Amino acid sequence: MDFNDSPEEIAYRETARAWLVEAAAAHRAEHGEPKPTTPEHMAAGKAWQARKAAAGYACITWPAGVGGGGGTPIQSVIFGQEEAKAGVAYGYFTIGLGMCVPTVMAFANDETKQRFVSPAVKGEEIWCQLFSEPAGGSDVAALRTRAVQDGPDPDGDWVINGQKVWTTGAHYCDYGIVLVRTDPDVPKHKGLTMFWIDMRDAAVACRPIHQMSGGREFNEVYFTDLRVKDSQRLGAVGDGWKVALVTLMNERLAVGGSSGPDYRQVMELARGLSGPSGPALKDNAFREKLADWYVNSQGLKYTRFRTMTALSRGQTPGPESSIGKIIAANQMQEMANTAVEAQGEYGILTDPSLAPMEAAFQASLMWAPGLRIAGGTDEILKNIIAERVLGLPGDVRVDKDVAFKDMPTGR
Amino acid sequence: MDFDYSDDQKFLKDEARKFLAARCAPSVVRGVLDDPAKSYDAGLWTAVAEQGWLGAAIPEDYNGLGLGRVELCAIAEELGRAVAPIPFASTVYVLAEAVMAYGTAAQKAAILPRIAVGELIGCLAVSEGPGAVTPSSLSAKVEGGKLSGVKIPVTDGDAADIAIVLAAESGRPGLFLVDLRAGGVKVETLESLDPTRGVARLTFDGATADRLEESGRGFELLQAILDRAAVLLAFEQLGGADRCLEMAREYALGRYAFGRVIAGYQAMKHKMADMYVKNEVARSNAYYGAWALDVDAPELPTAAAAARIAASDAFWFASKESVQVHGGMGFTWDVDCHLYYRRSRQLALVAGSPKLWKERLVSELEKKNAA
Repeated sequence: MDFNDSPEEIAYRETARAWLVEAAAAHRAEHGEPKPTTPEHMAAGKAWQARKAAAGYACITWPAGVGGGGGTPIQSVIFGQEEAKAGVAYGYFTIGLGMCVPTVMAFANDETKQRFVSPAVKGEEIWCQLFSEPAGGSDVAALRTRAVQDGPDPDGDWVINGQKVWTTGAHYCDYGIVLVRTDPDVPKHKGLTMFWIDMRDAAVACRPIHQMSGGREFNEVYFTDLRVKDSQRLGAVGDGWKVALVTLMNERLAVGGSSGPDYRQVMELARGLSGPSGPALKDNAFREKLADWYVNSQGLKYTRFRTMTALSRGQTPGPESSIGKIIAANQMQEMANTAVEAQGEYGILTDPSLAPMEAAFQASLMWAPGLRIAGGTDEILKNIIAERVLGLPGDVRVDKDVAFKDMPTGR
Repeated sequence: MDFDYSDDQKFLKDEARKFLAARCAPSVVRGVLDDPAKSYDAGLWTAVAEQGWLGAAIPEDYNGLGLGRVELCAIAEELGRAVAPIPFASTVYVLAEAVMAYGTAAQKAAILPRIAVGELIGCLAVSEGPGAVTPSSLSAKVEGGKLSGVKIPVTDGDAADIAIVLAAESGRPGLFLVDLRAGGVKVETLESLDPTRGVARLTFDGATADRLEESGRGFELLQAILDRAAVLLAFEQLGGADRCLEMAREYALGRYAFGRVIAGYQAMKHKMADMYVKNEVARSNAYYGAWALDVDAPELPTAAAAARIAASDAFWFASKESVQVHGGMGFTWDVDCHLYYRRSRQLALVAGSPKLWKERLVSELEKKNAA
């Protein structure tokens, strides 16, 4: 049992690190360090992706033929670690390259693949995923967006009308994959079909969602008579659910202490705060919580190491990584709230120039509810663990044999 | 990255599981549970000695197998899973580990080979009453090499041949090796939450005490010994927690209520998913503890504390919720749930309660972050 790389991994890591040092320096010289969400930041992200692709460090596990690196999963993990250390990671491509383009590669015709895969790898075009709807969150298959084929020709165009929600990056994406209902007369899972669409089409409208945190990072997307060619279909008509499962299988949840303050910052805060009986850090109730947070954080860190070990041995990782988001999201909320309460009446302040640590805990407190819902709610994730890991039965599906159009609906 | 059991270690673990399935069935555990005169299963003890497990981490020079600590962790995990009713932890994790780390050449030669062949049972005598012992409350004394005082409770004290005793010599706390067969010791068996493990009151009246390492460092030395034991105990707790989840799952899949199998109800599924999450956090922390123990890393104090806290929490949760999943059946003497519920308390209390370990962990983190 150790944390060391194998000789091949050492060689790969050293080569990657050497490349990163030089490439990151050149990248910074050219682009500086622009503020997130600015056009300059997006341009820098695209340039960095292109630089990686040219060196074989983009989509490391994909074949070189489509612009990937032709490498192994463990190499991809190693590069990701080194890239994070080099401080030049951009989040724009995670969903497109992690979920959408793999779906295109699995289901599109050759012409489509030729046209889209390589530009996506090089960061020239960004993809988003359009599944969730106001009436279908955890129950995605209950979605209502309709696609109707225009005329009797089986190769005829489709016309899409409806609304998607919580689409990350819809406002800056070039293309998207969209799951729609093509047959309301059959049970919900059977009447779905997947298409790829042009997000710049005039029939597509994006509207940012005003979140409870105050930010506007996600979008609603409206389709009004969006016309798509039958050749944009991914998989057979009515096979959309099967296609969507492939997309979700590729879902990689990049979570685990990566966002927001961790136990170290809470400890730092508590060191300087006074409580009813001396410094907050000396309060026993606080110390017990701190110990629990540390143990959970370490638990997630070493769970990732176990996953890496399986990859390093050329094995399929076990299901243990499924615990990550449940713990990380809940802990973020608890830590933020404890830190805010420890500040007393002052904890209500959100001005970064006044609140400790630039109001990081207040921000975290307001962001955490979203993290507990995004990418699978706590409840759905527990169902997944129960059903896929522990092999417990699925829930009773009262809508299983009911035509979609006859399903009871609420608001 | 190689952060898991190796193939050889997995093989050893599989063999240990098969061996215990054959030799440590619930009927063996119940044999000790239901017989007040029995503090452990002597047949299982002999069989475990024949397997070489008692000397797994003892060097070959002292009749051991000379394996690493990770191998010992693998065995511990299986013993915990089987709620083995033997004084393995007291003898191997505490006495053997302490003598290997801090014993003189003479002490090693006298004790280790006899542990390895199953001739010697150990125990750790620290507690003197409710709450934690502190330097100011410690009342056991050594004067002129003779020990006097009362230790209560002492896990496996009724079966042990040798005790490591915390006592003060000229006001300086130290650890002492005491031969419990040599006179000056009264042993009284006590009732406990977990009758599958022995517990006693030891009353010393002029028993011969042999110092373990230099005097005056008693509490530091005790903590270092407990750090090592904590990692191994965490693996026993993990094995027990895993088994609780399996038992709950098996029962829920076979039990019907309101016209369907209860394992399909979300309240049950989420309960078992919660057990799984806690068990995986415990496993990852235990692995890190195993690494730190195996290479004697400077991180051992924090790694051991984290392993112990996570494993104590996971086993407690899994054992109590396994009873709940079993419903009324789980509350009967005949169903095995209570064996785990009892053992989860025994293992959480035996080397200092989780509350103490949390305090120790945070103190260590404070030192680290101040430095």
